[in-house]
Amino acid sequence: MRFKRSSILPGFWPAFAFALSYLSLLVLIPLSSVALTTASEGWGRAWRIITAPQVLASLRLSFGASLAAALINSVFGFLVAWVLARYQFPGKRLVDALVDLPFALPTAVAGITLAALYSETGWIGSVFAQAGIRVAYTPLGVLVALTFIGLPFVVRSVQPVLEDIEQEAEEAAASLGAGRGQTFRLVLFPLARPALLTGFALAFARGLGEYGSVVFISGNIPLRTEITPLLIITRLEQYDYAGAAAIALVMLAASLVLLFAINLLQWRTRRAMEAPGL
Amino acid sequence: MNPSPAIRHASGKAASRRELLGLGLAAILGCRKSATPRVTLLNASYDPTREFYQEFNAAFGRRWRQLRGMEVIVKQSHGGSGKQARAVIDGLPVDVVTLALAYDIDAIAERGLVAPGWQQRLPFDSCPYTSTIVFLVRKGNPKRIRDWEDLIRPGVSVITPNPKTSGGARWNYLAAWGYALQKHPGDESAARSFVARLYRNVPVLDSGARGSTTTFVQRGIGDVLLSWESEAFQAIAELGADRIEMVAPSSSILTEPPVAVVDRVAERRGAAEVAAAYLEYLYSDEGQRIAARHYYRPRNPRAASEAPVRFPQLRLFRVGEIFGDWRKAHQTHFAAGGTFDQIYQRGT
Repeated sequence: MRFKRSSILPGFWPAFAFALSYLSLLVLIPLSSVALTTASEGWGRAWRIITAPQVLASLRLSFGASLAAALINSVFGFLVAWVLARYQFPGKRLVDALVDLPFALPTAVAGITLAALYSETGWIGSVFAQAGIRVAYTPLGVLVALTFIGLPFVVRSVQPVLEDIEQEAEEAAASLGAGRGQTFRLVLFPLARPALLTGFALAFARGLGEYGSVVFISGNIPLRTEITPLLIITRLEQYDYAGAAAIALVMLAASLVLLFAINLLQWRTRRAMEAPGL
Repeated sequence: MNPSPAIRHASGKAASRRELLGLGLAAILGCRKSATPRVTLLNASYDPTREFYQEFNAAFGRRWRQLRGMEVIVKQSHGGSGKQARAVIDGLPVDVVTLALAYDIDAIAERGLVAPGWQQRLPFDSCPYTSTIVFLVRKGNPKRIRDWEDLIRPGVSVITPNPKTSGGARWNYLAAWGYALQKHPGDESAARSFVARLYRNVPVLDSGARGSTTTFVQRGIGDVLLSWESEAFQAIAELGADRIEMVAPSSSILTEPPVAVVDRVAERRGAAEVAAAYLEYLYSDEGQRIAARHYYRPRNPRAASEAPVRFPQLRLFRVGEIFGDWRKAHQTHFAAGGTFDQIYQRGT
């Protein structure tokens, strides 16, 4: 390992040591204990547990719904951030504050409210029911809950970046003959892309781990609407700590790979953007 | 995920203000001993017993002061039965547990926190009050639901929590199984297909009993809710008899929520004696009357007259009669690959 030595900032080593031990205490030690607990009853049993049809079905739902919700939020969250960063309108502060609501609301409250709205007797659910679409207690309900809780992550990642883009960049683009669409596509969007990726990753990760709001709207029917965190709880209800840890480990490993991939992507876009400027 | 369950003062805000005042006075006077010696207990219970234990704790406090001249402050912690047991196993310093099923206290005993043979230490297998599983239906009983057979009719929608995540809901499952097995004695496969058909009529498996009640009452989903009798009476009292009514089937399971002293913790805290007395007081006339007032069936038949309702007459069977014991029942039905899992694996 080699570190950059020639920093003008003092105190690299103490700060680095602190950051490393802080991360170890908070993140690495609890996570490695998950692996240890899994191993306590043998990897053979762990493998049988995580390849059971019920667990595989839940992993498909959890990853699928989280991914879809994060994609939806990337599009519409970007739009919300754009409106908040670019336009002045009455009630803007209120809308700005509303974005944070899914952060602040206890997840169980969110889940119960969403289930009330989207069940066949609810305001929104009854409209869908007329079209023959059931939302609550189906995988679609899971998607709704995850989209709800993921929204602020995208908006709050993208908004400050959009606000920081200087007027001059757009003026320069316009004076060089770019149309409005081109300015957005070639100038503004590339600047916001790393932040959008961050928001996407955060929303996705949050969706994977979400339990409280989802269990109220998913219906928890085995093989159909069970999310993976529910199966972890199920194992714990049977005092099967090793089994619960085995399922948790799969989620952990998969999220780690995905987050790493997203970080890599982010790093590359940033590099690609910086390269011509230098 | 939720943090450990919130711990509340049974006696509410007034007590803490009094405590503060006491502390202040003690500081001024420079003496650290208060007039009456004080002992605290922590009781970890399952969700719907909140109001019952609030009243019982106050009654026990009065009794203990009379008896010993000591002030007892009982703090309550409420949550799902299994979650509470895990909290105790993972180190929450709880003196007594009052849970929904013996399986959860067995799990604590397996880790040495409760002495083995705990169920023989108090009368009635350490279950001071009981209940059973009944049906809640919509006002006027539009689907004409009278007995378990009606729950497997096509077009009847049944609401019950997921027995994998809700300890209380395991009683619902066993009640249905026991009913079917009594109807076809010795025929396990008949019982299995009866229960499978019943769960095919379940559109939502909430993670806990409260969630199921919300789904049934607030969402208006389902024709019938399987519920503990005690909670059914509570729901009717809270929500009004103009919306829902109770139907008692011909037979059902006797639900026996057990209690135990967590010996390891109570001894370490020097509270073993008061903890034991606390649980014994549940069997006293007053304890039984309070249980009856909160819709639990008391062991003492005289106390039943104290209940604000009449308990319906139905044939009650115990877990032991049909399933051996909780450990066996759990292994056969709720463990991974048990009958509950099989129902759904076949269904698809």
